Formats: sequence, structure tokens, C-alpha cells
Amino acid sequence: MSLLSLSNVWVEYGEKVVLERIALDIEEGAFVSIIGPSGAGKSSLLRVILGQEKPTRGRITLDGAPLPAECGPDRGVVFQRYSVFPHLTVLGNVLLGAEFAAAPFAARLFGSARRAAIAEAEAMLGEVGLGDAKDLYPAQMSGGMQQRLAIAQALIKRPRILLLDEPFGALDPGIRADMHQLITRLWREHGLTIIMVTHDIKEAFGLGTRVLTLDKRRHDPHAPHRYGAGVVYDLALTRKQAAEAPPPPVVDPPSITIDTIGNN
Amino acid sequence: MRWVTAQPTRRGSLLLGALPLLVLAFGYIIAAAARHADNPADKILPLPGAMAAAMAGLVFEADPLSGQYLFWADTIASLSRLGMGLGIATLSALLVGLVLGALPPVRATLGPLVTAIAVIPPIALLPILFIVFGLGETAKVALIVVGVAPFMIRDVAGHIGALPREQVIKALTLGANSWGVILRVALPQAMPRLIEGLRLSLGPAWVFLISAEAIAADVGLGYRIFLVRRYLAMDVILPYVAWIALLAVVMDVALTFASRRLFGWAHLGAR
Repeated sequence: MSLLSLSNVWVEYGEKVVLERIALDIEEGAFVSIIGPSGAGKSSLLRVILGQEKPTRGRITLDGAPLPAECGPDRGVVFQRYSVFPHLTVLGNVLLGAEFAAAPFAARLFGSARRAAIAEAEAMLGEVGLGDAKDLYPAQMSGGMQQRLAIAQALIKRPRILLLDEPFGALDPGIRADMHQLITRLWREHGLTIIMVTHDIKEAFGLGTRVLTLDKRRHDPHAPHRYGAGVVYDLALTRKQAAEAPPPPVVDPPSITIDTIGNN
Repeated sequence: MRWVTAQPTRRGSLLLGALPLLVLAFGYIIAAAARHADNPADKILPLPGAMAAAMAGLVFEADPLSGQYLFWADTIASLSRLGMGLGIATLSALLVGLVLGALPPVRATLGPLVTAIAVIPPIALLPILFIVFGLGETAKVALIVVGVAPFMIRDVAGHIGALPREQVIKALTLGANSWGVILRVALPQAMPRLIEGLRLSLGPAWVFLISAEAIAADVGLGYRIFLVRRYLAMDVILPYVAWIALLAVVMDVALTFASRRLFGWAHLGAR
């Protein structure tokens, strides 16, 4: 059984149909990249999976159980910006997840529980390369370091699915390459299931084991809002599922002309 | 060098800042001396010596009627009214502003009420306050609260409401509930803004304090100024005004310092 399953999901804002007939099954351990033109509903799809928005129609199940339409610790997220809390240090940002879980009223930990949480948080910070930065505030860090922190903060909750909303879109090319290596390593070592929305086709193919392209299948020139976007390409990049492969070769985007699912 | 990019040094800006004050003081002394040359009994622009003599009586000598050192009694009375008013306003701004900003249903319910109260000129409410609370301390404190709390509430609520949506979502995915978001995400980020709001409210708070004291009081800085006005006692009024200015500046500086010390993260961007 697949980890996350969407069947006949529609997202509509009033008259405007954003997504229509989305049917997806995402396996555990997949790294799914979602690409598509602006306004094709990539972020809407992510928000629906995240639970930030409720689909107008359709059914989403996680591990076979219907997904509640609210955000919870089973789905972690990293946004392009504003994913970290400016008033907490790096360590405080990573500790926050443990504090919310263990102390619903005070939302703080004390004594040995706190020491254990700190040890775990420091280990996670070491993994993302922020071991020496734990007392800095986000405003003192570069964009790349902030995204590393956001990833560590999400991973410490061991989410079933990690959702990335253009996580590297605002970074310099060099930093972005480092972040690609980092996320690939974390994905392998932790056995994560990742869904990433991106604008960068090279990134989508370079990182993903599966690439989804969202676009409108039909277009009514007199009422462009009447048809929503669907999954027009669903490409499984099978050669990368072998986890021992070194940093994966980038598949050349122009080669994607084969239509595997029948383009209606 | 262009004017728009010129950066005075630390010492230079201190000197530049002191210059207008010195010019003002010097100009006053020249004008006062000129008036006294015409009329040695002039009361409108008293010389520094006359001001010092008048103030010495209020600062160092007990009033024969009440047995109080009037200057200190006035200062304590005014500061305690101001402190109580600002304290209540700050506390209510924190509580109301926080839930108003963080919980959209509460904002929908109470937002229009707070806006309606905020647009009423507080001085217009002073007669009501005097009628309801009598002429005692409560009415004066209440005027300060009514005057500054709505602004502070709206400021805090606006700031919390404008926090990036991503922060709330992120906190929820970290396992927070609404209470957790308020306690660990909204409250800490409201605090520096609250102090900034308090700092900006100092000016209006002094206005309301002096107004209330001018109308009904028997002690207080504002009361004294309006009392001695009847005798054209500029030698008391001017030092009192300077003292009020000094107190206000000290409070302002103390709040800025406290915010930098307690909430350093909020000032990192401004380096």
C-alpha cells in the first residue's frame, strides 16, 4: 500500500478551478519533484497535502487513514522563506519541536528531559552542518544556513512526509548545489519520503525519483478559470531508486518528450 | 562628500546634537537679559538665578501649609499616576493584542470594538471618567489607560497578525496547538513591539496626565504648572517643563536600552 494516496482531488476557489482530478499514489521512500508553469497549482497541491487547505472534493489518505485537514507533526515542511523563528537561536529553533510534543501546556522542557532534547538537537544540527552555529540567531545567518536550520527543525520530528516548497529558490547557485547534496544525503540516510515543489527543472530531475508535471489539460479561451490543472506527466526515474548511487547524474530536461501516461 | 551619505562620527554627532540646545539656551539668556535691562522686575523671561531660587524653595524646603517638599510630592504623584496608567495599558495591550492578533475569530469579534474606541478623542471622555470615577486618582489613571491602550492594542495585534503565515504553519507541523503558537511564537515576537509601542505612547500619556491634573488635582507636576500660572510664575513653570522633558527622555532611553538588552534578536537587522 502506498504511503500517501490522493484520489480525485479537486481544489477550487469559488468559480476558479485550480486543480482537477488529481489521482496520485506516493510510495514510501520516494523523492517526488513537482514542476509546472506558474499558476498551475503546484503550491495548492502542497498546501492540500500539508493540511493547510481542504480540498473541495476528493480523498487523501496517509498510511491508509484519511488525512485530517489541518497541519500536524506527521508532515514536516520547509518553505522558501520564513521557515525559522527569528526570536529563537538555532538550538532553540530545533528544540521547539520536542518542547511542543512533551509539554503541551508550558511548551518548555526542564532538567533531564531538556538535556536529552538538546543532545538530540545538537546531533541533528551536526548532520546539517550547523554544529558550530547553535547560538546564532537566524538574522545572523545566510539564506543557505537558514534553510539548513529549517530542514533540521523539520527532521527532528521524524515526519512521515517532508514537504519542500521551493526550498532552494532564493539561494545562490553554489549554495544550492551544496543544499542538493545535503538533502540527497538526508533523504538516503533517514529513509525520508519527500515531496518538493520547484521551478528549477534541472533540480527536479537531479534530485527526484519521480517527477510530476502539473498543467492544464484543457483550456477554454473564453473562461480560462473553468479548467484546473492536472498531472500531465508522471515520470518515474527508475535508475535512481538504487540507493547506493553516487550524487545522481542530471537527466537532460529536453529529452522529456516521451509521454508515459497518455496525454488527452 | 555628499550630504546624503555623510556619516558624522560618534563624538561629532554628540557635538552636533548639543549645538541647537546650547544655541537655544544662549538665545534665551540674551533675551531674558535684554528684558531685565528694560524692567528689572520682569516675570515673563526669568533669569537662571531667579529660577534656581524659586525652585530651591520647592525642592529643599517643606511647604509651611502641608509640610511636604512640593517638588518631590508633585513628581511622585505624577509618576505614580503615569506608571499605573501605562502599566495597565501595557498589560491589556499584551493580553488583548496577542489574542486579537493570533486568533482570527477573536479579531473578527473584537477588532471593530477596539477600532471604535480608538477613534474617540480620549479628552472627550474625561468628563465621563470624572462622573463615573469621581475626581480622585482613578479617573486620572483611567484617562491615561483609555488614551493609550487602544493604540498599543492595535499596534501589537497588527504586528502579530502580520507575522508570516509560514511561521504558524511551521509551528503546527512541529506539533504545536493554538496555545503553543501563542506562547512560543506570537508572545516572544510581540514583546519588542510592545516596548516600542509603550515608548511611542509616552508622549500621549504625558499629555493626558497633565490634562487630567490641570482640571482636577491637588498635587502633581501638571497641577503645579497650572496653579502657578495664575501668578505668571515663569520661574517655576520653565524648570518644571524642563524636568518633565528630562523624565520623559530618561524613560525613553531606558525602554530602548531594555529592549536591546532583553530582546537582542529583534535589533540584529538594524546593525
